[in-house]
Amino acid sequence: MALPVHIEALDKAFSGIGVDEKSLISILTNSNEEHKRSLRKGSSKLFIEDENGFERWDQSSIKILKHQFNRFRDAVVLSLLHPWERDARLIEKAIRKGPKHYNVIVEVACTRSSDQLLGARKAYHSLFHHSIEEHLTHIKGRERKLLVALVSAYRYEGTGVNEDVAKSEAQILYEAINNGDKNKLLDHEDAIMILATRSKQHLQALYRHYSQSYGKTLAQDLEGEGILKDTVECLCTPQTYFTRVLEAAVKEDADEESKRALTRVIVTQKEQLVQEGFVPNKIQDILLGLYKDFLLASIASGDIK
Amino acid sequence: MATIDVPEQVSVLADAEALRKACKGWGTDEKAIISVLGHRNAVQRKQIRLAYEDLYQEDLIKRLESELSGDFEEAVYRWILDPADRDAVLANVAIKKLSPDHHVIVEISCTRSPEELLAVRRAYQARYKHSLEEDVAAHTKGDTRKLLVALVSAFRYDGEEINTRVANSEAKVLHEAVKDKEFNHEEIIRILSTRSKMQLMATFNRYRDDHGTTITKNLEGDSGDEFLKTLRPTIRCLNDPKKYFEKVLRNSIRRVGTDEDALTRVIVTRAEKDLKDVKELYYKRNSVPLDQAVAKDTSGDYKALLLTLLGKED
Repeated sequence: MALPVHIEALDKAFSGIGVDEKSLISILTNSNEEHKRSLRKGSSKLFIEDENGFERWDQSSIKILKHQFNRFRDAVVLSLLHPWERDARLIEKAIRKGPKHYNVIVEVACTRSSDQLLGARKAYHSLFHHSIEEHLTHIKGRERKLLVALVSAYRYEGTGVNEDVAKSEAQILYEAINNGDKNKLLDHEDAIMILATRSKQHLQALYRHYSQSYGKTLAQDLEGEGILKDTVECLCTPQTYFTRVLEAAVKEDADEESKRALTRVIVTQKEQLVQEGFVPNKIQDILLGLYKDFLLASIASGDIK
Repeated sequence: MATIDVPEQVSVLADAEALRKACKGWGTDEKAIISVLGHRNAVQRKQIRLAYEDLYQEDLIKRLESELSGDFEEAVYRWILDPADRDAVLANVAIKKLSPDHHVIVEISCTRSPEELLAVRRAYQARYKHSLEEDVAAHTKGDTRKLLVALVSAFRYDGEEINTRVANSEAKVLHEAVKDKEFNHEEIIRILSTRSKMQLMATFNRYRDDHGTTITKNLEGDSGDEFLKTLRPTIRCLNDPKKYFEKVLRNSIRRVGTDEDALTRVIVTRAEKDLKDVKELYYKRNSVPLDQAVAKDTSGDYKALLLTLLGKED
């Protein structure tokens, strides 16, 4: 007979992000048929009573389980891939999967260095026999222009910002957001040009001028504006963006895509997170098993030399 | 094919010494400069600069800039630079003009290979502390700006694959746009700036097959439209760059007075690429050898350098 504590443990082994492999081994390997039957009967999350008199595995939970078991694999693969191939594949997948994933394209285009982004574009040629810009043609929505512009950028990375220009361009953005039709922001040519061609230093100066001149941040003013807000955050305040993505991943009601972001962010931002002294307080409790070990070890300081 | 005539054996040290000798003392021995630099490829020219710097602790380019003048100096300066650096300079000059030379930006972004264009973008940043696309964006406006920024930012797939379905549908799109004169600029820009060159050629061929005339012919006409003025060279450069260069040369010579900027630019940038083919096209079109036309229209050391780059024997 399975004790309640076993049933609880079984549920718990699947109830986070990742899978508690050790717990499963200890519960199942010593479990005889009798024991397993009572596990199944006791686990309302995983099994349902079939009319033909057996406990059937609930269809939707099989799917979730598949995701859970794949997390460690995905973390390993993502971690080992050459960054160029990794980023090219992230972009290609995001294009294929649709609007809810466009933030990944923004994330890659805006948080990598200019040469890393170039590398991703080259890898994309090799892998998919098209340029990223060509595949973005498949996007029919208004986001396309911004996305094409962002992935095509080869931003200057030196110091030296013309503060006057930064200030006047902050004003252009302010007026585009506040005086114009907010729905048409993605079509606002000047705004797109500024965001897609200026250096990150310049945009960060612009961000400062915006706050100083208008009493609110550019990101705040773009609240609800989806990838436009993501763009600004990734370029000007990437820490804020990544923190937001990580926290969304571990929320109660997080969907699968949000959870996957956990792997992507931790693996791709590993260096930065370590440098910033990122402490995974908010996320570690919900992580399980090898997946947890992998992610937490990734961001503990100290590389293999 | 290239036109410059490079000897089999080259000693960059001897070259550096020869150039030093040509610049020392009263006056300059321009002939010596031409006879060395005019017969060296990009790699050799770079090595000569390094050797010169090593030997004389001086930048050869700066020395030449101070010794030479006029069209000759401009031509030597452009010739001696690395191709990517040269294109960056040409682009910057074109952008900064009061009325920017859009066609030069088109030329550079559409006739160089994808890798070459990347190199230009890097060289531009190193020189001007801005990205090429941000300077283009800052000095142009409207749909012309959209087209130019898209063209300089492109990193086209370099492969041979062609999708005939896409060629078909995009030939239609281009035809609609051209026919209506109410150009759907967005679609034109998208097609011309993202597709691979092979794909675009297939599209242009399809256009010609479907409508009995080339797309460039359909675009001729009123030159008032700013966008059209940039669109035409774009399509010409993508469709048939050699034919495009022949036309630029023809126009630069034909005009009352010569457009030295254009003449220098085409000869210097194509001498190591396909100037030979362009010369043949020129002869076919004009029944006069290009060398002859250039000799008739230019003079002095400038003329001597151009003819050397055109492959004329000394």
